Amino acid sequence: MHSSKLQLIARRLIGALPSLFAVILVTFLIMRILPGDPAAFFAGAAATPEAVEEVRVKLGLDRSLPAQFWDYLTDLAQGDLGQSFTTGQPVLQELVDRLPASLELSALGLLLAVMVGLPLGVLAATRPNSFADHACRLLTTTGVCLPTFFTGLVLIYVFYYLLGWAPAPLGRLDLFLTAPERITGFYLIDSLLAGDLEVFWASFTQLLMPAITLGLFALAPLARMTRASLLGVLGSDYIRTATASGLSRTTVLYRYALRNALLPVVNTMGMVFSYLLGINVLVEKVFAWPGVGSYALEALIASDYAPVQGFVLAMALLYLLLNLSVDLVNTLLDPRLEKNA
Amino acid sequence: MKKFFKPTQEWQHLLLENPLTLLAIGLFILILFTALFGPLLVPFDPLESNTANALQPPSAEYWFGTDQLGRDIFSRVIVGTRLDLAIALAAVLLAAGLGTTLGLYAGFYGGHLERWIGRGTDIIMAFPLFVLAMAIVAALGNTVANVVYASAIINLPFYIRLIRSESAVVKSAGFIEAARLCGNANPRLIWAQVFPNVLPPLVVQMSLNMGWAMLNAASLSFIGLGIRPPTPEWGIMVADGAQYIVSGQWWVAVFPGLALTLVVLCFNLLGDSLRDIIDPRRRT
Repeated sequence: MHSSKLQLIARRLIGALPSLFAVILVTFLIMRILPGDPAAFFAGAAATPEAVEEVRVKLGLDRSLPAQFWDYLTDLAQGDLGQSFTTGQPVLQELVDRLPASLELSALGLLLAVMVGLPLGVLAATRPNSFADHACRLLTTTGVCLPTFFTGLVLIYVFYYLLGWAPAPLGRLDLFLTAPERITGFYLIDSLLAGDLEVFWASFTQLLMPAITLGLFALAPLARMTRASLLGVLGSDYIRTATASGLSRTTVLYRYALRNALLPVVNTMGMVFSYLLGINVLVEKVFAWPGVGSYALEALIASDYAPVQGFVLAMALLYLLLNLSVDLVNTLLDPRLEKNA
Repeated sequence: MKKFFKPTQEWQHLLLENPLTLLAIGLFILILFTALFGPLLVPFDPLESNTANALQPPSAEYWFGTDQLGRDIFSRVIVGTRLDLAIALAAVLLAAGLGTTLGLYAGFYGGHLERWIGRGTDIIMAFPLFVLAMAIVAALGNTVANVVYASAIINLPFYIRLIRSESAVVKSAGFIEAARLCGNANPRLIWAQVFPNVLPPLVVQMSLNMGWAMLNAASLSFIGLGIRPPTPEWGIMVADGAQYIVSGQWWVAVFPGLALTLVVLCFNLLGDSLRDIIDPRRRT
C-alpha cells in the first residue's frame, strides 16, 4: 500500500471526529429538551417539592447545560450510558446483550438484498427491455412503496398461517430449543461453533422471514443504482474500445464495466444503511425480535429515557462507523482518489 | 427548418410512452376525492364500536370486515386518508419551504453561510433518519404536530442540498448579472430570478418526497408514536391488526396496509412522471 493511500485513510479517520462530536452533542441536547421536568418525573407523583429538588441535585440537573454535557461526556468515556429504571440494568450492558440479534438480522437482510439486487441490476442493464429489465423496474418501483411493517405481516400470513412453512414469528429461537452458548452473540455462528446443527437450522429459519422483509426494502435502491450506473458505464468510450479490441463480452462486462459501475453502488450503501437501521425497529416489532430496536421501543412506551438515548447514540455511532468503512472501501477500490490526495 | 412538436402532441407522446402516468393521475384524483369527501360518504361511524360484531370477515355489509372492537374497517380506511395525507403534506411543505430558503441563500451567498448550513445538514444526515425522527418525537412529546416537525426535519437536508447546488449554478448565469446591473438588490435577485429557476427540480423532489413522508408518518404511528388510538389512522390500524394476523384474521391489517401502499405508489409514480416531463435528462 502506498503512503499517500495511508495518508488518505488517516485523513478520513480524523475527518470523522467532528461528526462523532456532533452526534454526541445532538443526542445529549435532544434528550435534555424533554417536555416536563425529569426530576419531578423520577421523584414520582407523590413527591414533595423538597424531594424533587433533592432528585434534581442527585441527577445533576441543577447545573448549567455545559456542565451537564461535560458530565455526560465523562460518563460516556467510562462506558456509562445510565440505567434503565424499568429493568434496573445498566443501559450499556443491555444494548451489548441485544445488539448481536439486531446485527445478525440486518446483516442477513442486506446480504439477501445484495445477492438479488446486484445480479438483477446487471441483468436489467445488459438486456434492456427484456423480462429481467421489466422485473427490475417493477421491483424497484414497488419495493420502495411497501411499508416494511406491512410486508412483514403479509409474509407472516402467507408463510406461517396459510402455508405453515415458516416458524412462529416470535423471537430468535423456538421455545423448546436452548440458545447456543454465547461467544459472539450471533446464533448462527455460535451454534456452528458449538456444532449444534439443529439449533443452527432453527435459528436460520427463524431469521429468514424478518431478513427477507428487510431485504425487500434494501433491494430497490441497490438494483436501481446498479442498473443506472452500469448503463452509464456501458455507454462509455473505454468499453467501446475494449469491445472493439475483440475482448469477449464476459471480460468486458465483469473485468471493466462492473468494477467501475460498482463504485457509485458502494456509495449508495451509506443511504441504505441509514434506512436499514431505522427499519430494523419496525421489523423487530413485527417479529417480536429481541434486538436493540424493540428494547428502545419498550423503553419509549414506558417513558424510560436513558435506554432511548443510549439506543439513538448507539445507532448513530454504528451508522458513522458503517459510513466510514464505506469510505475506506472506496479509497481502497478507487485508484483515482489517490491522485487527488 | 426543424419540425417542432405542438405541446399537446408532446403530452400525448409522454402519456403513451408511459401508461403508468395515466394510472397515477387517476389514482391521485381518487385519493384527493377520498381525502376531501370520504368522511361524508362512509357507511358507518369509524369510531362506533360493536363488540358483538367483532372480527367479521369482509362481507356485503362490511366491505373490508370489522376489527377487534367491531368497527367497520372500510369506513376507518376511508376516513384515515385525510389525516395521513395532511401530515405528509404539512411535513413536505414545511421541509420544502425552510429547505428552499436555506438552500437559496447558501447557494447564492456561498462563504461562511454556506459552510454553516452545510454543517447543519451534515449533522442531521449523520443519524439514521428514522431513528432521529423517533428521538425527536420522543423528546418533543407524543403529538401529531411533533410527528410533522420530526418528518420535516429529517427531510430538510435533501431540499437544502438540492436547492443549494441548483442556485449555485444559476447565480452565475448572464441574466442574473443583467438583473443586478438593472439595480436589483440581492434578496430580490434571489426570490425573483433564482427561485423561479429552481422550481422544476423542487416540484419533482416534493412529489417524490410525499410518498416517503407518508411512509414515515405511518411507521411512527405503527410503533405507537404521534397519533393515538382510537383515531382512524393507517399505521395504528396495521398495528392493531398485527396480533390477529397469526390467527388468520388478515383483513384487519391488510386493508389499511394496502391503502398506504397504493397512495405511496401513486406519489412515486407521479414524481417519476413529473421528472420525465420537467427534466428529461434525469430519466433512468
